[in-house]
Amino acid sequence: MPLARFASQLADVGVAFSVGPFVVSLTSSIPRVAEGIYQLYGEYPLAAEGADRFVDYYLSLGYGRGVRRWYHPQVHFVYDGLQPFKPLPLSQALPLFEWGLNWCVASQMHSYLLIHAAVVERNGVAIILPAPPGSGKSTLCAGLVSRGWRLFSDELAIISMADGSVVPCPRPIGLKNESIQIMRDYEPQAVISRESRDTRKGTVALMKAPSESIRRADETARVGGIIFPRYQSGAEALMTSRSKAQTGLYLADNSFNYSVTGARGFQLLADLVDGAECLEFTYSRLDDAVRIFDALEWLQ
Amino acid sequence: MMAQPLLCEVLIDPERAKGLSLQQWDLLIRQARHADLLARLAYLLEGQSGVPTAAQRHLDSAWTFAQRQAQSVRYEVASIQKALSDLGIPVVLLKGAAYIMAGLPAAPGRLLSDIDILVPKPCLERVENGLLLYGWRTTHHDEYDQTYYRQWMHEIPPMKHGVRGTVIDVHHAILPPTARLKPDSSKMLVAAVALAAEPGVCVFSPVDMVLHSATHLFHEGELEHGLRDLVDLDALLRHFGDQSGFWEQLVERAVALDLVRPLYYALRYTAQMVATPIPPFVVKALDKLGRPSALISSLMDCLFARALRPSHVSCDSQWTALARWMLYIRSHYLRMPFHLLFPHLIRKAVKKRQGSGSLTEPIVVKE
Repeated sequence: MPLARFASQLADVGVAFSVGPFVVSLTSSIPRVAEGIYQLYGEYPLAAEGADRFVDYYLSLGYGRGVRRWYHPQVHFVYDGLQPFKPLPLSQALPLFEWGLNWCVASQMHSYLLIHAAVVERNGVAIILPAPPGSGKSTLCAGLVSRGWRLFSDELAIISMADGSVVPCPRPIGLKNESIQIMRDYEPQAVISRESRDTRKGTVALMKAPSESIRRADETARVGGIIFPRYQSGAEALMTSRSKAQTGLYLADNSFNYSVTGARGFQLLADLVDGAECLEFTYSRLDDAVRIFDALEWLQ
Repeated sequence: MMAQPLLCEVLIDPERAKGLSLQQWDLLIRQARHADLLARLAYLLEGQSGVPTAAQRHLDSAWTFAQRQAQSVRYEVASIQKALSDLGIPVVLLKGAAYIMAGLPAAPGRLLSDIDILVPKPCLERVENGLLLYGWRTTHHDEYDQTYYRQWMHEIPPMKHGVRGTVIDVHHAILPPTARLKPDSSKMLVAAVALAAEPGVCVFSPVDMVLHSATHLFHEGELEHGLRDLVDLDALLRHFGDQSGFWEQLVERAVALDLVRPLYYALRYTAQMVATPIPPFVVKALDKLGRPSALISSLMDCLFARALRPSHVSCDSQWTALARWMLYIRSHYLRMPFHLLFPHLIRKAVKKRQGSGSLTEPIVVKE
């Protein structure tokens, strides 16, 4: 579908597409949204039509009303008629779509255990990368998936309640501040969106998920490792072990719905940590990181 | 006549869900979510075959959330019991918390945003102090709000727990003192039934529970949860309706408490929207006792038929917003004489504009 037709459908009836396990319908008449979504989500499978269509999240991004259409224009995030957030400056429309969709999943998809973490996969084994903001989680994730690792998510580890496997939900990776240039240099082929400045996380740009990750979004994987990345300027790459108890507590604290899922969530988390290598990884150069991740012996 | 929303059809007859297309399931889930009835729907459809995986995932999620909330309600009620047990007064749980603690059929899948309790008015200060001591804090720090609540309302400003963030609404009556109807809440307190599991904690007797639910629904202005409240009433009426003498007592009690009109509306609209069976002699008796004039009656039918539909865009007509607004004004008019009401509504409208917050609060997991 050419951009012009995509944009007019997006403005008119909306476009529904599959993002990992979810079907999202997006409506927007904002040209920069059409352009950005086309660039980042153009390869995602379109949802079924007519009577076979089931949409999980009806979203729209709209202009502000009255003077806010023109004066410091704003973008409103609407979830099936409700506005869960205050509007943001129009330039932040794409990040708002990502944050809004995260909110929809995190606040209402308790049929999975949801943990704030990046997830990548290789040889059928997934690695969860939990870490506080600023630890270089997204940059490491972007680096790995630019070198053959499969992207599951850079924000949201979705764990199946049925069997403890991770479910892929490959979406654009949020790059912040210096990371944007780092990734442009590291992977010149990468598709990176326009930058949104002055967001609450600084300057943000979105990097499109690798095509293969999008194509294989229905292939789940078992969790082999939980690795806490820490970017430290000038540091030699170093992988050290981390206690399982600490790892479990950290994941529980950084889960969106651990407390909602009760005993099942606890059991799932305990099994997850039990069956995974728990490690800490300090690094300063992406190449070192990729080399060390590629060589992890429990992946071979 | 407007078509019955899909959600109401399935609430009336869960078998109706069989054979729905995926697109219809999509609509059903959205309507139920907006009506705050998704977890209830999950309960009603439990074990039914043919629910598509895509829909089941949302039902499971809502059910999980409701289970967690019910657990949290039990914990909160135990905490309230601890905070107030020394006072030696009856503490009556209202609405959602009451259904859950009494294990009524209205409980499964019932979501709530706060815990409502009723205490005798003379004990209000001691109750407030007791709750303060156990970590609850007042939420409205605006002096106008504090004064308004304490002078005109049937409840004190909501109290929020400092650590867990849970909210208690402490009522001393079921309607404000200025309301046109004058039910004697102390009669309801006296008739309350103790919960075996929590000494000192009570729930209303069956007839009072129905009357309170009806009064709440038809006197509160916020009808976005109207259908959810009708579903409560439906479950209560079906459950208690089997007990001998219930219906006679219900009508008698409504007369004694000056709550005939809300009961009239409650039975009329539960029957209309969710097909609650009401014995003909009760309909007849209430027609005689509580039916408004023909003009008011058709106006109310017109307004409630719109306002009580699920608050989802698929159920809205061009008149829905107007109907909800008129009922909002009506609810205030029923609560207060106009000379008190106007200054208050104007003040609220101005504050709302200044606040310019989001339209709805996001669903927050209570911890």
